[in-house]
Amino acid sequence: MPEAAQRELTFLAAITAALKEEMARDAAVMVLGEDVAVGGPFGATRGLAEEFGTARVVNTPISEGAVMGVAVGAAVLGRRPVVEIMFIDFITLAMDQLVNQAAKLHYMSGGQLRVPLVVRTQCGATGSYAAQHSQCLEAWFLHVPGVKVVMPATPADARGLLKAAIRDDNPVLFIEQRGLYWSKGAVEEGEAGIVPLGRAAIRRGGEDVTVVALASMVSEALSAAGQLAEEGISAEVIDPRSLHPLDLETIAESVKKTHRLLIVHEAVAQGGVGAEVAMQAQLAAFNYLDAPVRRLGAPFTPVPYSPVLERGYVPNAAAIVATVQQLMRE
Amino acid sequence: MAAKSQLDGGTAQALLETMWTIRLFEERVTELCGTNEIPGLTHVGIGQEAVAAGTCSVLRRDDYVYGSHRCHAPAIAKGADLGRLMAELAGRSGGYCAGKGGSMHIVAAEVGFLSGTGVVGGTLPLAVGSALVCRDHGRGQVVMVFFGDGAAQAGLFHESLNLASLWELPVIFVCENNGYAEFTPLSAHTKVERLASHATTYAIPCRTVDGNDVGAVRQAAAEAVETARGGGGPGFLECLTYRLRGHYVGDPAKYRELSEVGEWKKKDPLQRFLEVVARHALLTAEEVEAVERQARERVEAAAQTALASPPPTIDQTESHVYA
Ligand SMILES: Cc1ncc(C[n+]2csc(CCOP(=O)(O)OP(=O)(O)O)c2C)c(N)n1
Repeated sequence: MPEAAQRELTFLAAITAALKEEMARDAAVMVLGEDVAVGGPFGATRGLAEEFGTARVVNTPISEGAVMGVAVGAAVLGRRPVVEIMFIDFITLAMDQLVNQAAKLHYMSGGQLRVPLVVRTQCGATGSYAAQHSQCLEAWFLHVPGVKVVMPATPADARGLLKAAIRDDNPVLFIEQRGLYWSKGAVEEGEAGIVPLGRAAIRRGGEDVTVVALASMVSEALSAAGQLAEEGISAEVIDPRSLHPLDLETIAESVKKTHRLLIVHEAVAQGGVGAEVAMQAQLAAFNYLDAPVRRLGAPFTPVPYSPVLERGYVPNAAAIVATVQQLMRE
Repeated sequence: MAAKSQLDGGTAQALLETMWTIRLFEERVTELCGTNEIPGLTHVGIGQEAVAAGTCSVLRRDDYVYGSHRCHAPAIAKGADLGRLMAELAGRSGGYCAGKGGSMHIVAAEVGFLSGTGVVGGTLPLAVGSALVCRDHGRGQVVMVFFGDGAAQAGLFHESLNLASLWELPVIFVCENNGYAEFTPLSAHTKVERLASHATTYAIPCRTVDGNDVGAVRQAAAEAVETARGGGGPGFLECLTYRLRGHYVGDPAKYRELSEVGEWKKKDPLQRFLEVVARHALLTAEEVEAVERQARERVEAAAQTALASPPPTIDQTESHVYA
């Protein structure tokens, strides 16, 4: 097999590439959102309107609830809408249409209707955007049967998972962490780089402890693993990539080998994805665990504005190192 | 012109003071964003000062105000302390919100400025709820809520107008129609040309005014406030204005024609009011000059206060989550 062509892209450019490719491939794909026809505030949709026209790259008013519903109504008739919710914080306004309509129509219709919808949104505490522009809310959607939830950590996965999400026949919430937008990485071209939903990636192999890290926490976990290696602690870092479906098998296999598990996310620890992963992992590998499963997340507070407080709020490599050290003593 | 010449010297001086203060404050804010003393997403309303200055000039101290994400001006016009406001923008412990809120989330409860919002349209129903309490107080208090033209396409806007009308609440909706929501013109958001006509739909008395004419804004606000104070229910004011700067500090605003910006510069509300003041001899040249100088001094003092205030300490993160 010839080696797939690769290029170096930022996370944002990888998103744009995926949208472009899928729009070119399938005329049913359309993009809707505030200012998407002029690229959006971060430029993720830049160039799409020029290439595909404003009938497929649709600027909307500030009407998140109605726009989400419009996308659902278009999806049941065969379109593949990609709705952009500018900040995940504003998804609250579209919650009814996403949770009560999009997530349930396939089920309630006994399978007659399909909702091949992607909701792209971004999250995370960077740049002092404060409490209404910084939240990580992925855990809410794990509680809603009918919705898939994806959180890429690398440009390659941003492209590969977005392509898979667009081709999926279900509502997929695609969460981009703003802090990753300008990170760079090799991205494949063509069909090669498609990443199926529900497959974790082992970012670093290890023997002593499993660290499951989400989105921007992957690089923090990797740098923590580097530091831990110097102390003789070998950490395996797993990036689940999609939260539902979750690749429990990869996580459980790792835990059976390492006997210890830590889950790290930027979202508030309480009620977060860590709780669900811990639950599933202990059921799958209880007999192999040598210590209680641990989780690391933000404190139970809204995101503070002041840069000093914001910096202290987000978990980092040092906190991961400290938590693993503690876990190794247990 | 009638309304303008009705202004007395004292009122003119107060309006000019507020407008200069807002203008100079936001220019200083812009500078401090440039030097990273002010972080985050900061929206200034340079060019829109007449709206907040005119409307808030007819409010009492015990009235309440809510803002949008572009909320420095109404906070200042309601009497917020400039030093604490600037300190908040700089994320300092001496800020109104102890450095936890920032530019979009100003709360200056001591002067009745109840909140800005990062979520467009988010304060509209809050204003309706506060008006419910004002009605029950029976002291003739009113609530004023500021929002942009972009918010008028949000579901909550329509639900809020309907509730205020249905319950005959003392709330005045002030639409700062600056023609743009982020990077797109209003015409790309709605076919409704006069946003005030939404108020008509909900049976709320409304006016569309030149939002760069502080006298006209004040006059229209006075009428709406008087009605609301007297138990006559809500009012709606659409103020036609323009933001002379980008959507946020740092936005190069390339989506607008320079000629358009140039036209609006000629209608700068501050310059226009200075002309009115001079034409009707409402203040002497010395008085006018003193107003500007004092505003400049107050803003500079505020900046110094802000920068002298220490950043919050990490242990403050977990305070104020619950009362
Ligand atoms: C619910 C929601 N959707 C989107 C945004 C992003 N956003 C911030 S300001 C803005 C435009 C608001 O326009 P307008 O209401 O006219 O106020 P202006 O900025 O002109 O003062 C948008 C879309 C937001 N903050 N909240």
